[in-house]
Amino acid sequence: MNKEELILRLKPIVDTYAQDKAAMENLNDHTDFIKDLHINSANLVDLVLDIEEQFDIEIDNTSMEKMLTIGAAIEIIQEKINTNDR
Amino acid sequence: MANRVVVTGMGVAAPNGVGIAAFRAAIRSGTSGIRYDEQLAALQFSCQIAGCPELPPELVSQYFTDLELRNLNSTGIVYGVIAAMDAWRDAGLSVEHLEQPDWNSGTIFGSGTSGISKFREAIYKIDDFQVRKLGSTVVIQTMASGVSAFLGGKLGLGNQVSTNSSACTTGTESILMAYDRIKAGQASRMLAGSTSDSGPYIWGGFDAMKVCTFKHNHEPEKGSRPMSASASGFVPGSGAGALLLESLESAIQRGARIYAEVLGGHINSGGQRGTGTMTAPNSTAVQRCIQQALINAQLDAQQIDVINGHLTATMMDSTEIRNWSEALGRSGDDFPYISSLKGMTGHCLSASGSIECVAAVLQLTGGFLFPNLNCEDLHPQISELISSKKIPLNDQECEIKYLAKASFGFGDVNACILFKKYDHE
Repeated sequence: MNKEELILRLKPIVDTYAQDKAAMENLNDHTDFIKDLHINSANLVDLVLDIEEQFDIEIDNTSMEKMLTIGAAIEIIQEKINTNDR
Repeated sequence: MANRVVVTGMGVAAPNGVGIAAFRAAIRSGTSGIRYDEQLAALQFSCQIAGCPELPPELVSQYFTDLELRNLNSTGIVYGVIAAMDAWRDAGLSVEHLEQPDWNSGTIFGSGTSGISKFREAIYKIDDFQVRKLGSTVVIQTMASGVSAFLGGKLGLGNQVSTNSSACTTGTESILMAYDRIKAGQASRMLAGSTSDSGPYIWGGFDAMKVCTFKHNHEPEKGSRPMSASASGFVPGSGAGALLLESLESAIQRGARIYAEVLGGHINSGGQRGTGTMTAPNSTAVQRCIQQALINAQLDAQQIDVINGHLTATMMDSTEIRNWSEALGRSGDDFPYISSLKGMTGHCLSASGSIECVAAVLQLTGGFLFPNLNCEDLHPQISELISSKKIPLNDQECEIKYLAKASFGFGDVNACILFKKYDHE
């Protein structure tokens, strides 16, 4: 899966929880889930569960802790998908 | 000096009407909210009829965001939020999102349990080694204070935000607790009320105790029969009622419409002594509760025009009438008018007290007695004590000045509240 395709599938999941819809328009690698999109910190776990389901991967607690920005999320998703493929 | 406390807003999600206008029309016309329940039948309940508020999804989505509705599986929170937000708006208060909390407004919104269906969902996942897949919504929906926590955030409440729980006394107790807080000057406005979940997981325990009727599955609207000789147990109900209580000073300052004044009341327990047990009332305590409520409100027993009873349609109804009669020292034709809402709604458990207080305040302000459903065959132990004329079977106009409402619950707990029509002096 290339990065564009991944973002295309990630965007609607993030949009469900994003409180700041304007920031959603300008998503980039540095977009912070809590600071920029104002996602309620409790909802981050729901976001991760949705990502797991969408990409058929499992995100461990350590990876979850690092998933604070769009860029970090993409990196972790790609890594997990690649592990699955191996 | 103690504040006077008035009711300036109300909201309700009852089996026979959601919203004040629909509910008022339903109680005046004697419309039953009891329906056959296919899920209870499929699960082989003895009692297969119940009362649930009818809430189309379009209505629910006016009170919750799409995000809040995701994985929301707590009917009690839905009912409570709808009733309470309605009461808030009915009082002319703003729901606009301000940065600063409203330090002078709070809520005491009771529940028996919260999100029991959500809890069931979670338990199945946990036992299936899926705890990490529970998501973030289990705690907020299953904590007892879920309903008050939702309300606190939606309305930006900055005063006390709490949930009380005292079985079927919960609703009346919440109003008295909120009253005390305003009277003591600790808050200007309190959303008081209570809610109760729907469904087999909340009602199953009662079905198992054989306290619900099994004789009317083929005729749901005849099932809930308070004060009737053929009463054979209560019909389970659900929903929520809410009253916005406010200091008289604040209400006048805002130019708010005033429904009624809360004169006072009393809360006590029979300590499960004497005739009292976990599930049966100590009559001495019930009578004392009513008498102490009168003293607290500085009222004489003779002044009570109308009683809105607890009267669930069990063997205890005649005991309750005896307790009222002895506590007030009034019987026969001298007894006040008395009504039970439960003929129309069933027993809404932790929500019953607040839904019935909404009905009581509507009676006071509208000057009417609503019909007692299904007690054409008044129980002989009741007609021995009070005149049948005092138990209206039809809607009637009636000038009411003082109304007493009581609720009783498991754990041998009692609450009695006294309302007065507000004369706009």
